[in-house]
Amino acid sequence: MADPARDDGLTADELDDGIPFMQQLLDNPFILLFLGVVTPTVLYVIWGVMEIVGIPVAK
Amino acid sequence: MAINRMFRTCPMTGLRVHESAEALIKANAVAAVVFLLLGGILALLVALTRWQAVHLLPPDWFYLVLTGHGLDMLVFWIIFFEIAVLYFASSILLGCRLAAPRLAWFAFFLMLAGGIINNYAVFRGDSSVMFTSYAPMGAHPTFYLGLILFAVGALIACFVFFGTLVVGKAEHTYNGSVPLVTFGAVTAAIIAVFTIATGAIILIPTFLWSVGLVDHIDSLMYRTVWWAFGHSSQQINVAAHVSVWYAVAAIVFGAKPMSEKVSRGAFLLYILFLQLASAHHLLADPGLTSNWKIFNTSYAMYLAVLASMVHGLTVPGSIEVAQRRKGYTKGLFEWLRKAPWGNPVFSGMFMSLLGFGFLGGISGVIMGTEQLNLIIHNTIYVPGHFHATVVIGTTLAFMAVTYFVIPAIFRREVSFPKIAQWQPYVFGIGMTMLAVFMMGAGTLGVPRRHWDITFAGNALGYEFPGTAHLMMGLMGIGGVIAVVGGAMYLLVVVHSVFLGRRIETPGFQRVRVVEGMAPIPVPQPAGAAPQAHGGAQAWGAPGTFALAMVFLVSFVLYYFINWKYLATVWPLK
Ligand code: HEM
Ligand SMILES: [Cu+2]
Repeated sequence: MADPARDDGLTADELDDGIPFMQQLLDNPFILLFLGVVTPTVLYVIWGVMEIVGIPVAK
Repeated sequence: MAINRMFRTCPMTGLRVHESAEALIKANAVAAVVFLLLGGILALLVALTRWQAVHLLPPDWFYLVLTGHGLDMLVFWIIFFEIAVLYFASSILLGCRLAAPRLAWFAFFLMLAGGIINNYAVFRGDSSVMFTSYAPMGAHPTFYLGLILFAVGALIACFVFFGTLVVGKAEHTYNGSVPLVTFGAVTAAIIAVFTIATGAIILIPTFLWSVGLVDHIDSLMYRTVWWAFGHSSQQINVAAHVSVWYAVAAIVFGAKPMSEKVSRGAFLLYILFLQLASAHHLLADPGLTSNWKIFNTSYAMYLAVLASMVHGLTVPGSIEVAQRRKGYTKGLFEWLRKAPWGNPVFSGMFMSLLGFGFLGGISGVIMGTEQLNLIIHNTIYVPGHFHATVVIGTTLAFMAVTYFVIPAIFRREVSFPKIAQWQPYVFGIGMTMLAVFMMGAGTLGVPRRHWDITFAGNALGYEFPGTAHLMMGLMGIGGVIAVVGGAMYLLVVVHSVFLGRRIETPGFQRVRVVEGMAPIPVPQPAGAAPQAHGGAQAWGAPGTFALAMVFLVSFVLYYFINWKYLATVWPLK
C-alpha cells in the first residue's frame, strides 16, 4: 500500500524491492475490470456507433 | 444479519468449503443441467429436421425449436454453469467465505425466472426470432423481459464474485496473487460485465419497442450493439473453459502452470482484445467501414487468438512436465499415451482442448478474415464453427469437470462409472462429426437456419450438389450420436446427484470460523494443486512442441486453401 508520508518518486532500489508493475496490474481485478470494459466500449461500440450515425439518411 | 462462517474441510481435496458457496454452486449447476436437458431435446429435433432425408418438423416448429435450442444452450445452460465456476474459483479456491450469499440467491432466482419467462415466450410460438432476435423482427415482450432479468441476475452474480475476492484479501485467506484458475475466472467475470452491459443497452430499448414505447429500432445499430453482447458472451465461455483446463491439469496431474507470467499475460490479452472480435459478425454488413472491421477483427482478434494458442500450448505443456516428472519420459509422447484416458475428467478436458484448437480455432480465424468471410457468411459453416467452440470446447470441458464436482461438492459417488468413462468419447466424437460436416456443407453453400434446402414446391429453386445432402445426412448422424452422449451425461449426473451413494466421512463436521477471520487453508494433494503457483520451470515439453507444430502447419495450409478457394469463387480475369 502507498505510504502517504512518502513522496511519489521511487528510487531504483525501491523499485527493485517492490512488486513489478505488471504483477501489480494483474493483481488488481478492478483496474483490469476498468480496462476490460473501457477498451471495447471505445474501440468497438463508440467507434462503430459513430460510423453508423454518420451514414447520411436517404431522402 | 449474521454472516455465515461455517466451513467444512473436504476430505477428498483438502479444500475449505464455505457452506453458502457450496449450496449456491449446487443450485446453479443443477439449473444449468436442467436447461441442458431441455436444449438437448430441442437439439435432436433440429438435427433431425436439417437431415433432409428425415426432415422431421414442419417449418413453424423448426424455427421455434431452433430459437429455443440456441437460447437454452448458449445462454441458460452455459451461464448458469459459469456462475457455479465463478463461485468455485473465488470462494473455494481462495478458502474464503462467499460475499453476500443472500444477494447471490437473489441473483439465482432472478436468472431462473428470466430463463423460464424467456422459454415461455418462445413456446408461445410468436417469438421464433432466433437467439439473435434481429430487429425489426419482433418477439413477444416477455422474450426480451426474460433475457433482461436473466442478465441482471448474472451481473449481480459477477459482483458477488468480485466481492468475494475483496473478502478473501481483507480476511487474509490468501497471500499475493490469486491462483491462476481464479485469475482466469476474473477474466471471465470482466468480460461478463461488458457483455451484460451491452446486452442491457440493446435489449432494454428493444423491450420498450416491443411494448410500443419506442417506435423504431435501427437494424444496423441493433446488430452492432447486439453483437458486442452476443460475441462477448462467447468469450466468457472461452475464459471459463480455459480456467477449467488449468484446473483439470492441476487436479488430475498436480500440474503447475509452466509460467505464471505467460499464462496471466495471455489472460490479459483476452481482457483487452477478445471482445473487439465481435466485429467479425458484421464483416458482411454495409455501413461500417473496413477500418473499423479490420482493426477490430484482424488486429485485435489476432492478439486474442495468440492468447488462446498460448493456453493451448501451456496446458498440455504443464501436463507433459508433470508426467515426465513421474517417469513417463520415453519418446515424444509416452506422457500422453500413459495419461488416464479412462478418467472422464481428463479425457473430456483433453478433447475439449483439441477440438477447440483444431476445429474451432482454425475455422474461427478463417471466418474472422474479412475477405474469406464472404465464402461462408450465413452458411451452416458458421454453426459448424461454433459447435466446435462452445460445444466441444466449453460444454465438454464443463461436462468433464462435473465428474470432479460430483464427489467434491455434492459429496456423492459418480454412478454408472462405465457410462461416465465412455461419455466424453461418445459426445466428443458425435460433436466432431456434426461440426466437421456442417463446415463441409457450408463450404458448398448450404445456408444455416434453413428449413428445406431442396426448395420443394418453390417457384425459384436451387439444386445443391449431392455431396451437400450427403454431408447434411452425416451431420444428422453425428448429431444423434452427440445427443446420445449428452443423454449419458444427464443420466450419470442426475442419478449421482439425487440417488448416488453418499460419500460418508467419519467425524465429518462443519466448523464455525472465528469471527472476522476466515480459516487458514491447509493444502492437501488434489486441492492444493489448483491453488498453487507455478514457477519459472524449464520448458521441457518437446511433445507439446511437436503438437503445436502440427497445429501451425494445419492452420497455415487451411488458411491458404481458403484463399485459393476464394479466388475460384471470384475469378479475376
Ligand atoms: C446435443 C448436441 C447438439 C446438437 C445435435 C446440435 C445441433 C444443432 C443444429 C442441427 C443446429 C441448426 C443449425 C442451423 O440450422 O442453422 C444448431 C444450432 C445451434 N446450436 Fe446446437 N446442437 C447441439 C448442442 C449445442 C450446444 C451444447 C450449444 C451451446 C452451448 C449449441 C448451440 C447452438 C446455437 C447457438 C445454435 C444456433 C441457433 C440459431 O441459429 O439461432 N448447440 N444446433
Ligand atoms: Cu463471435
